[in-house]
Amino acid sequence: METVIDIQRLSKSFGNHEVLKDIHFSVNKGEVVCIIGSSGSGKSTLLRCVNLLEKPSGGKIIYHGENILDDKHDIHAYRRRLGMVFQQFNLFNNHNVLGNCVIGQMKVLKRSKEEAEKVALKYLKVVGMDRFVNAKPRQLSGGQKQRVAIARALSMEPDVLLFDEPTSALDPEMVGEVLKVMKELAETGLTMLIVTHEMEFAKEVSDRVVFMDKGVIAEEGSPDQIFNHPTGERTREFLKRTLRAI
Amino acid sequence: MDLSFEWIIKIIETNWPMFLRGAGVTLLIALIGTIFGALIGLLAGIIRTIPIPERGAKKGFLKFINIILSVYIEFFRGTPMIVQAMVIYYGSAAAFGWQMNPIIAGVVIVAINTGAYMAEIVRGGIISVDTGQYEAAQAIGMNHVQTMTHVVMPQVIRNILPATGNQFIINIKDTAVLSVISVTELFFQTKTVAGNNFRYFEAFFIVCIIYFILTYAVTLILRYFERKLDGPDNYIVVGNQAQIEAGEHKGIGQ
Ligand SMILES: Nc1ncnc2c1ncn2[C@@H]1O[C@H](COP(=O)(O)OP(=O)(O)O)[C@@H](O)[C@H]1O
Ligand SMILES: [Mg+2]
Repeated sequence: METVIDIQRLSKSFGNHEVLKDIHFSVNKGEVVCIIGSSGSGKSTLLRCVNLLEKPSGGKIIYHGENILDDKHDIHAYRRRLGMVFQQFNLFNNHNVLGNCVIGQMKVLKRSKEEAEKVALKYLKVVGMDRFVNAKPRQLSGGQKQRVAIARALSMEPDVLLFDEPTSALDPEMVGEVLKVMKELAETGLTMLIVTHEMEFAKEVSDRVVFMDKGVIAEEGSPDQIFNHPTGERTREFLKRTLRAI
Repeated sequence: MDLSFEWIIKIIETNWPMFLRGAGVTLLIALIGTIFGALIGLLAGIIRTIPIPERGAKKGFLKFINIILSVYIEFFRGTPMIVQAMVIYYGSAAAFGWQMNPIIAGVVIVAINTGAYMAEIVRGGIISVDTGQYEAAQAIGMNHVQTMTHVVMPQVIRNILPATGNQFIINIKDTAVLSVISVTELFFQTKTVAGNNFRYFEAFFIVCIIYFILTYAVTLILRYFERKLDGPDNYIVVGNQAQIEAGEHKGIGQ
């Protein structure tokens, strides 16, 4: 199996607050990995370290055999190979739907306007937003915004797509439409790393589940292992708490 | 010939070229002064939002520049423009022997003044752009310059546009103080006209209307531009995929 990203001994501190400790894990090509864990356990920080929105304090991130934390590495070139979907959507407010999906392709990938628009429309269609090309972000619902954000990331045709709680800022009735799109993407063989609180979704789509607790990976395994036969005390506690809450 | 109304007509008839020239000079100084002031403010505002590094030579340099900018902003906001005009105009003559062209002196004073106000407005405009916008741009691989050019600055410009327009209107009115350094703007011309006829009320009544027409016209123009920049309030749901691919993004309502 081809490894896309391999993380070794990753750590991250904010001041003297150690948020991530000795993280080891990797994502293989075509795999869907869900990261679960209670709030504050470091899930977002891990994701943000993976695409260098936060600078890790230590460790290695191996991508195509190279440690991208080496000083000589071009972080922009690395970032464009990774897509990111944020909890708060973060669509570019000064661009309409099509513009959001086109601007990165044109400026970063140097695609022509025609080609970029063709690619953008293809992915907007995948997320069911191709009829809204003219809309401004402020004119869309949360679910629609998030689907456009997914299309924007897909338009860059990344090696891996990272999701940080993509449905947590949505009204309950819009969660379904976004999860449905993500499920469809998982089936196409896209490599995905997803931080989520949607346990049913994680159970159903992931190849592997990672449980984080207090800045470490406390348990890792197949969905069946984690949800049906968790070994760690903390994993069991967390699942009991979250599953009861649903 | 003692009725005010008749005098007003008469003054307009005989002096309209002077009013027109005065209005032209006023608009010119206000416009160029606002543009340069906005550029100064943009630069100062951007510099003031650069995060200061924790150590190194860059830290000291940036801190020094920031102090200079603070002094500039506080000083020009804290003194009357009419006094600044006197100091700069007569000061440059006394210190360097420059006989500045009054109109150029006027533009310089308005620009420096506007810059001091705009620096704070721009800083607010930059801070009010959500950090998520910056992160999303970084996440798709844009570098700092691309992020600024294609994502952050367009939003900053949109944010500061109303305040810039407001500053332009203030400048149209405040150029009147430049008459103290003999800039032949609207107020100066009116004083001349009034002095020639000894009809102060009538002359200043006329110029009052002219100032209002200028500022109100500018208000309308700016509103039009803002609306234009925001685009239509409604979007058009595109009905036919084939038509989108043909590049017709407009007018395919369903
Ligand atoms: N920029 C930051 N500065 C300081 N502390 C932070 C920062 N970002 C996150 N943290 C801290 O790191 C810990 C983990 O946060 P986060 O990764 O957001 O957790 P999660 O996504 O699992 O809820 C929390 O204690 C949080 O307060
Ligand atoms: Mg989080």
